[in-house]
Amino acid sequence: MKVAVTAAGGSLSAQVAPNFGRCEYFMIVDTDTMKFEPVKNPAASMMGGAGPVAAKLIKDKGAQVLLTGVVGPNAQGALQQYGIEVLTGVTGTVKEAVENYAKK
Amino acid sequence: MKKIAIASGKGGTGKTTLSLMLSQLLSKDKKVRLLDSDVENPDCHLLLDVVEQKSREINVFKPLIDLEKCTFCGKCQEVCEFNCLLVMPKDVMYFKELCHPCRGCLLVCPEGAISEGERKVGYLHTGKINENFYFDYAIMDVGEARANPLIEELKEGIVGDEDYVIIDAPPGANCPMVEAVRDSDYTVLVTEPTPFGLYDLKIAVGVLGELGLKCGIVINRSEEDDGIIEDYAESAGLEIIAKIPFSREFASLYSKGIIEENFFPGLADDLLEFFS
Repeated sequence: MKVAVTAAGGSLSAQVAPNFGRCEYFMIVDTDTMKFEPVKNPAASMMGGAGPVAAKLIKDKGAQVLLTGVVGPNAQGALQQYGIEVLTGVTGTVKEAVENYAKK
Repeated sequence: MKKIAIASGKGGTGKTTLSLMLSQLLSKDKKVRLLDSDVENPDCHLLLDVVEQKSREINVFKPLIDLEKCTFCGKCQEVCEFNCLLVMPKDVMYFKELCHPCRGCLLVCPEGAISEGERKVGYLHTGKINENFYFDYAIMDVGEARANPLIEELKEGIVGDEDYVIIDAPPGANCPMVEAVRDSDYTVLVTEPTPFGLYDLKIAVGVLGELGLKCGIVINRSEEDDGIIEDYAESAGLEIIAKIPFSREFASLYSKGIIEENFFPGLADDLLEFFS
């Protein structure tokens, strides 16, 4: 299964970024193989409406789950419509976050 | 007709005080319309005795999407510079607070699935103080993000037979301030002789320069030494139109809602001479 994690950098050792819409990178991680793809977030520098754009991006990348710090109300609505499971309050590195999620 | 905008970079410098004084002075023998364009936080009406008033809603465009006709092609989402539409597999989400509202989505929809709708963003109040002094203000609804449509609507109320239109602009040097001052004949920047006052004054002067607008300065809370503003005005080639002296008594009257336009005789003379 593919999990999207908001990340401060483009590697598994990067910290989980606290904000969804305007994070620097999304790490799209396959929990079965731990293969990952860093995706730079074009919404990070948008004037407005970053959340829904970011939601569409991770949906297009095939993510079924999102691990992040906080999600804004607009993004929340979009993620819900896309049927993406959202887990907030996640901290630590991207690798830790995905491993903790996979253990559940 | 002369359109005079009263603006400032810094908030709380005395825009409303000056707007009201100037309106009261000029309306003694000229027809004046005062527009309170600080629609997020209007306050002129608190200090005026409005004798006759009409109110109505202010509405802006919103796209109405017919999901029966929509093929979810995504063209409306692509054209929207502000990302206020998100096309889902079987739905289109609309984020009203991001909409500017440009109608681009309405123009590009190949299926004719988007039609003209409207939504309320606030209220417009129009009234008068006396036969020479007309006064309009608007209040933006709580939760709305964009003041500009309300300021545009407020300016629609200018009849054209006024001798003076005084626009009390919102504080800052952002979009609402630009909308308030953009078509004025002259902009007065109210400031105070402090480093903070100077800092924000420079930003406001920069904005007016970009817009190619003429401006001058009024120093409020003026005491013995206004050098900090005077030195800058001289170096920037800007005129200091008048000074409002610091006065505890004046502030005390203001706090009770009393604006005495002749409280400082020298100030009243300076203002009348400059704007007549």
